[in-house]
Amino acid sequence: MEGLSRRYGEVVALDGLDLTVHAGELVTLLGPSGCGKTTTLRLLAGLEDADAGQITVGETDVTRLPASKRDMGMVFQAYSLFPHMTARQNVAFGLRLRRIGSAQRDKKALEMLELVGLAEQAGRYPHQLSGGQQQRVALARALAIEPQVLLLDEPLSALDAKVRGQLRDQIRRIQLDVGITTLFVTHDQEEALAISDRVGVMQGGRIEQLAPPTEVYSRPATSFVAEFVGLTNRLAGTVSGSTVTVRGRDLPLVDISTAPGPAIALVRPEAVTLASDSSGDSGPLTGTVIASTFLGATSRVTVDLGDTTIMAQLSTADAVELPAGSRVSLTIRPDPVLVSADAAPAAEAEA
Amino acid sequence: MAAVTSVGEAPLAAPVRRPRGMQAGRRRRLNAFRYVVFVFFTLFFLLPLLAMLRFSLEGSTLGTWSASAWTQIWSYQGPPPLMSSVEITLELAVLTSVVTLVLLVPTMIWIRLRVRWISQPFEFLCLLPLTIPAISLVVGLAPVYNKIRHYELSALMLFFAYVILALPYAYRALAAGLNAIDVKTLSEAARSLGASWFTVMVRVIAPNMRQAILNALLLSASLALGEFTIAYTLLYTNLQVELYSIDRNTPNASVIFSTSLAALVFVFLLLLIVSYAGRRRRRGMR
Repeated sequence: MEGLSRRYGEVVALDGLDLTVHAGELVTLLGPSGCGKTTTLRLLAGLEDADAGQITVGETDVTRLPASKRDMGMVFQAYSLFPHMTARQNVAFGLRLRRIGSAQRDKKALEMLELVGLAEQAGRYPHQLSGGQQQRVALARALAIEPQVLLLDEPLSALDAKVRGQLRDQIRRIQLDVGITTLFVTHDQEEALAISDRVGVMQGGRIEQLAPPTEVYSRPATSFVAEFVGLTNRLAGTVSGSTVTVRGRDLPLVDISTAPGPAIALVRPEAVTLASDSSGDSGPLTGTVIASTFLGATSRVTVDLGDTTIMAQLSTADAVELPAGSRVSLTIRPDPVLVSADAAPAAEAEA
Repeated sequence: MAAVTSVGEAPLAAPVRRPRGMQAGRRRRLNAFRYVVFVFFTLFFLLPLLAMLRFSLEGSTLGTWSASAWTQIWSYQGPPPLMSSVEITLELAVLTSVVTLVLLVPTMIWIRLRVRWISQPFEFLCLLPLTIPAISLVVGLAPVYNKIRHYELSALMLFFAYVILALPYAYRALAAGLNAIDVKTLSEAARSLGASWFTVMVRVIAPNMRQAILNALLLSASLALGEFTIAYTLLYTNLQVELYSIDRNTPNASVIFSTSLAALVFVFLLLLIVSYAGRRRRRGMR
């Protein structure tokens, strides 16, 4: 398979979207609800019709093909196993439709269940399986027909946090094992960053940035991407040349063609370090701790700077030294930052 | 989950015992109330049935006992013979329920899957026969049946009217079944695995509304078994019409009690079988 390219135009949900997924690659579409990511997947699967545009798999144009002829495996957000069939019958369903003999069908179904680690549950009905197990059977069912493309529509969102993490890693492992081209849709940025070869951040029916996870995180293409992926502080500053001056500190710009003048700089919490400050001076980079959120190995500390607040991410060992009410001085690491287009005076930290 | 747990634990965690004692008292009173209601309704439903049984065993003089009414079910020679109207009514029940299901099940699934906008008018249409008295239906049906009689005289032709009468009940039963399953996700999953729309309906949706289909079957069958007005006014003889005419023409009327009771027991058995079939299915899945 050469690759996938598709275009839609004039669709409200999708505004002329282009995307190419290479063979064997796992691409994640990430975005807030209503950004068109699920629509993209459903168009691709043939569950909805595109108003304009073209979908090709390899060299074949599948735009006009019905869902049943597209040869794509799909795992849904809602539990989608057929309630009247056992796990094995569910997995074998697609093979049965392809008129594969029952012996071979059963063998293949068991193989797929083994792949997702559920061979022992083959005889169980969906209501006898946990949510995570159901989604694994659904994955086995989608893979059993050896589709050209695997589509995953927020398959983990109905599961609890621990199972979600395990299944996420398992999906990635299986995807790499099988080497199947996969499109994964999620609104969970952590999920997207953890398992993808490339992440496409979507907004308003368009892909804002399509890049490997590390690049999306460290060099976001737009302010939307910067704010959606990870936490970001919005700090007022002034752009001049290739730097932006924030609270007396010069930070390099990601995009050096930014127009000079006042702007909002987007600063990652982990780029901010705090130190206890007993001098009692008040400067642009001193403030008072107002809250501290324990996240495990790290903690997020919110500091009141007088005219605004800023979030810093510290190791928990350091954060313990800075209880609420203590005076601190800030250092901003000179990582390349992005400047927000909307120069609104709001300068608060946002999730 | 949290809510469920906290409700369950509340009495244990309560600092004083009083609420618990109050609850136990309340539960006892509630139980007593349940028994009273149960006994009352058992008597309410059983008494007429027992009376019916007693009447069906009435001998030629008042107060004597005889089983002749029960043996007459087979030997009563009409016109027409009682067994022939029993037969025609059973056939009508089968025909009505099968035709209703064959029409309704695919249509309802199809509407749910593909043409949802039509579901409201469709529901209205299906429930409409419920609001029209049978006697007014007859006014409209009479000319139609005059035409039908040119081709076929059998009372079986009543099934056209009965399918219309059964629509609201069958619709409700099937709609409940459809609402209980995630039709959209199941069909999309099946479609993405390569299933045609026909396969989706037959292999995926229909098996999952088995209980609802059985319920619809039972409702439309029992409607056909008990219908009187339309058959009588359109001058057909089904079981109910025959029972009525026996009542008017025979001095020994106990045969109508034995036959009615037999019909009731038959419907009751049908109900038992249907609910048993549904339960066994569910247990099998566990």
